[in-house]
Amino acid sequence: MVSPLDHKLVRDLWRMKGQGMAIGAVIGVGVMLMVMMTGLTVSLTETRAAYYDRYRLADVFASVARAPDRMADRIALLPGVAAAESRIVGRALIEVPGEALGIQAQAVSLPERGRPALNDIYLTHGRMLDGSRSDDVIVLESFAKAHDLSPGDTLRATMNGSRRTFRIIGLAQSPEFLYTTAPGELVPDDARFGVIWMSRSSLAATYDLDGAFHDLLIGLTRDARQDAVITAVDDLLDRFGGRGAYGREDQQSNRFVSEEISGLEAAAKGVPPIFLAVASFLLYIVMSRMVQSEREEIGLMKAFGYTNAEVGTHYFKMILAIAAGGALAGCLAGIVAGRMMIGMYLIYFKFPFLVFQLDPASFVIGVSASILAASAGGLFVLRRVFALDPAAAMRPPAPANYVRAGQMGRALARRLDQPSRMVLRRILRQPARMAGAMIGIATGMALSVSMITIYAGFDRTIDLTFSVVDRSDATVSFTHPVSDKTLFELGRLPGVTHVEGMRHVPVVFGNGRNSYRGVLTGLPPDPQLNWALDADMVPIPLPDRGIVLSVYIAQTLDLRPGDLVRIDLREGRQPILEVPVAGIAQTLLGSPAYMDLAALNALLGEPGRVTSAALTLDPARADALYRDLRDMPTVVGVSVKAQARDAFVEIMDTGAGSVRYVMGAMAFIITFGIVYNAARIAFAERERDLASLRVIGFTSGEAAFVLLGELAVVVFVALPLGGVLGYYLSFGIAAGFSTELYQIPALFDPVSYGSAMLVVLGAAFVSGLLVVRDLNRSDLVEALKRRE
Amino acid sequence: MTSPAFTTRGLTKVYGEGHTAVHALRGVDLEIPKGEVVVLLGPSGSGKSTLLNILGGLDRATDGTALFHDTNLSEMTDRQLTRFRRDHVGFVFQFYNLMPSLTARENVELVTEIAQAPLDAGDALALVGLADRADHFPAQLSGGEQQRVAIARAIAKQPEVLFCDEPTGALDSQTGRTVLKVLQDVNDQLGSTILMVTHAAHTAKMADRVIHFADGAIREVVLNATKLNPEEIAW
Repeated sequence: MVSPLDHKLVRDLWRMKGQGMAIGAVIGVGVMLMVMMTGLTVSLTETRAAYYDRYRLADVFASVARAPDRMADRIALLPGVAAAESRIVGRALIEVPGEALGIQAQAVSLPERGRPALNDIYLTHGRMLDGSRSDDVIVLESFAKAHDLSPGDTLRATMNGSRRTFRIIGLAQSPEFLYTTAPGELVPDDARFGVIWMSRSSLAATYDLDGAFHDLLIGLTRDARQDAVITAVDDLLDRFGGRGAYGREDQQSNRFVSEEISGLEAAAKGVPPIFLAVASFLLYIVMSRMVQSEREEIGLMKAFGYTNAEVGTHYFKMILAIAAGGALAGCLAGIVAGRMMIGMYLIYFKFPFLVFQLDPASFVIGVSASILAASAGGLFVLRRVFALDPAAAMRPPAPANYVRAGQMGRALARRLDQPSRMVLRRILRQPARMAGAMIGIATGMALSVSMITIYAGFDRTIDLTFSVVDRSDATVSFTHPVSDKTLFELGRLPGVTHVEGMRHVPVVFGNGRNSYRGVLTGLPPDPQLNWALDADMVPIPLPDRGIVLSVYIAQTLDLRPGDLVRIDLREGRQPILEVPVAGIAQTLLGSPAYMDLAALNALLGEPGRVTSAALTLDPARADALYRDLRDMPTVVGVSVKAQARDAFVEIMDTGAGSVRYVMGAMAFIITFGIVYNAARIAFAERERDLASLRVIGFTSGEAAFVLLGELAVVVFVALPLGGVLGYYLSFGIAAGFSTELYQIPALFDPVSYGSAMLVVLGAAFVSGLLVVRDLNRSDLVEALKRRE
Repeated sequence: MTSPAFTTRGLTKVYGEGHTAVHALRGVDLEIPKGEVVVLLGPSGSGKSTLLNILGGLDRATDGTALFHDTNLSEMTDRQLTRFRRDHVGFVFQFYNLMPSLTARENVELVTEIAQAPLDAGDALALVGLADRADHFPAQLSGGEQQRVAIARAIAKQPEVLFCDEPTGALDSQTGRTVLKVLQDVNDQLGSTILMVTHAAHTAKMADRVIHFADGAIREVVLNATKLNPEEIAW
């Protein structure tokens, strides 16, 4: 038989369904995020592992200027090495009909026939190479789709200065290219970067590498020590121009996937607790209000002989019902949201398959954490249930004691009319409660401030990167370090208005045991198009000796201006040396490092060389210029800044960056939830007082003043507090959103604070309207009959 | 007899609809003369509080008319009813309904601040014998004292009518007598009409007129030839 208490439970829940659902929703959102994000973490991690395993992604990668094939055989015999596969990798410029601009691509060799031992490809259409024709190529599926290419089509490309026509025989995906970006760019764009696989012999002929290779893939045995293998490989390849072997963790595509996974993991741990804490606070307030108004019923139950435990259990079940309901709904929503997010990830990470996998532990953790958090709020309430003795509970409660509050603020009270005194004393009487409401609203405000700051930060990143740091229109990359005389040739091309040479050199930065694999950029003196800027956007002059690091590298290596940084240049004669850090550059996209071009060339022993050139151009003549550039044998790629900017904006708005909109919406929901609850509770506690005022002859407006005055005071105190909290929270959230790919600055922007203030005031205004509506609807006679 | 303060004709109040409808008042015809102490007696659910609430402008009749002098309360808007309560009537309830955050004096001032020709708050408290407790908060006052503050608050505007709903319901006999005495004094000194709802029959002995209620209708109206002083009433 269902106990009468359980009937009461069901009816009480139905009666408070609005508030219960609001709190359940806050819990639900927390659990949803957790289930979704841990599920995504598991899905990405496991799918990636399976993909790497099945298609044998190498553990160690080494590139070299030119090494004889026998070196690959020798490396295969090293202890710890399970397999070594040499290959040829080169850059290509693909011509797409109807587009003047050549598209950058990477050409990768495959064995004449059969499968490679390492870095196999997943053929989605067509067939593998069979060694019959040297012009057969397999093309990266995403690129092919972006240009509507399919097996049987032809493809024209310039490689190492010669133009060739290929026949597409298949489309493929590859674990090596989960995340693909054009060299020198950081954001993927399917249409603007391609990969073509072709036979080893065909590529060897193109690059004049018969019997030699310049890329080596190494698979390790289970018990291998990666460091030892890398050292041994470096030793062997050093004299052939080895650029330094590196592990899978430094492989570009894998690095981005790892970055995303660790971001998800951090968010899964950090964000849901905020929601649960808010829910716990709200539950505490709502339940304590409920116990207060049901003191008579509680006394009655106790008078009938129900034990404290039984009565306590009754109220605890209500807390459990709300928490469990919210948590279960959150689990379901998490599955749905996870499946949707997986679709989004597939746009950026080219997995052949990606199925949303649940982490069963997240269900258990999510539900139990919700219940624990809710109970934490509820336990304080239960203490009050236990403390009520039946007889006292049956008497009307004594009027709330305002003696102490009356002593405080007397001077102020004397200047106020009676309704204002009521507002003042209620605030003074329950400072902890008011502080709770203020902190709650301030938290909402802080969340809004930081989310709006982050929005501004994203815009700032885009603006700074594409308008301030880089003022060029396009960047031309060369096949190899070319003489700076090439710059004059470029400058004479019709449509070019300004040219500046740069040199990019792969480098490993080091400080003590920390190292960072990146690129060092040589800039000309007094550059006009690309420069290193300090935090105040003032150009940092590049000294003859010394290096300017971006904030991310400086932080990763724990370096400050004046410190020495070890640089291991992986080109030319490959010098390793220590240079002073001359400055820290404020860059928000990528992690560059800068040096004076002449100084860099001197270090390499190759004076007057550049690897790329920044251009400004006449837009009217851009297409003709792109065609001219495509025909220059030394040009291997052209990046157009406007396209790079569009790609970046797109990834910000649809990729991981788009989470900021969801977070913004949640910040608003939390803010509104807290403000509305504060207003509702104030109303519930004073319904009888307000009815008395109305009976005495106060108009509904005058009565509402007593109610809303309190809310107004709380909100106005919360605003500056929220501003300060938001200032600090912005840094935390900005750091959370920043990745190696892009950094989001937490800028103090008055507009963000103003907007957040409007959010809070808007929430307060709407909440105020809602409770005043209830106030006007409430039945005076009913409210007065209530004993409390 | 002077002109009536209130006149009702066919006053009807129905709560709910259809077969769940409850008829709280079933066509009440009544005249309440100005300046009298009138007691409404009857068991709970007989409709006496409903009548009080309608005459006091807290509730509206479903049918019939309720005139305050020549004004029909049934035709008033919410705003006009608020005005009516503010300017003409005072209320005293069983559970006092004081503002816990205001002292006795401030509770009275709550009314004097918005009334047209109020008494001084101190004088109103003196009238109920609480001049020395003026700066105490409700939490520092006994039940009887709280009820006297409520009366002081109700009379401070010098209302034409004072509505009392079970004013002694939560009080012991001695305190109850004190409160009734205060009401009698208000009637004597300010000339306010007093309309008091109670189910304690002995209270009727202080009334000029006793209206017996049953099942939403007036069963009997008794005029007291000899009013007793509240202090002489036996509980």
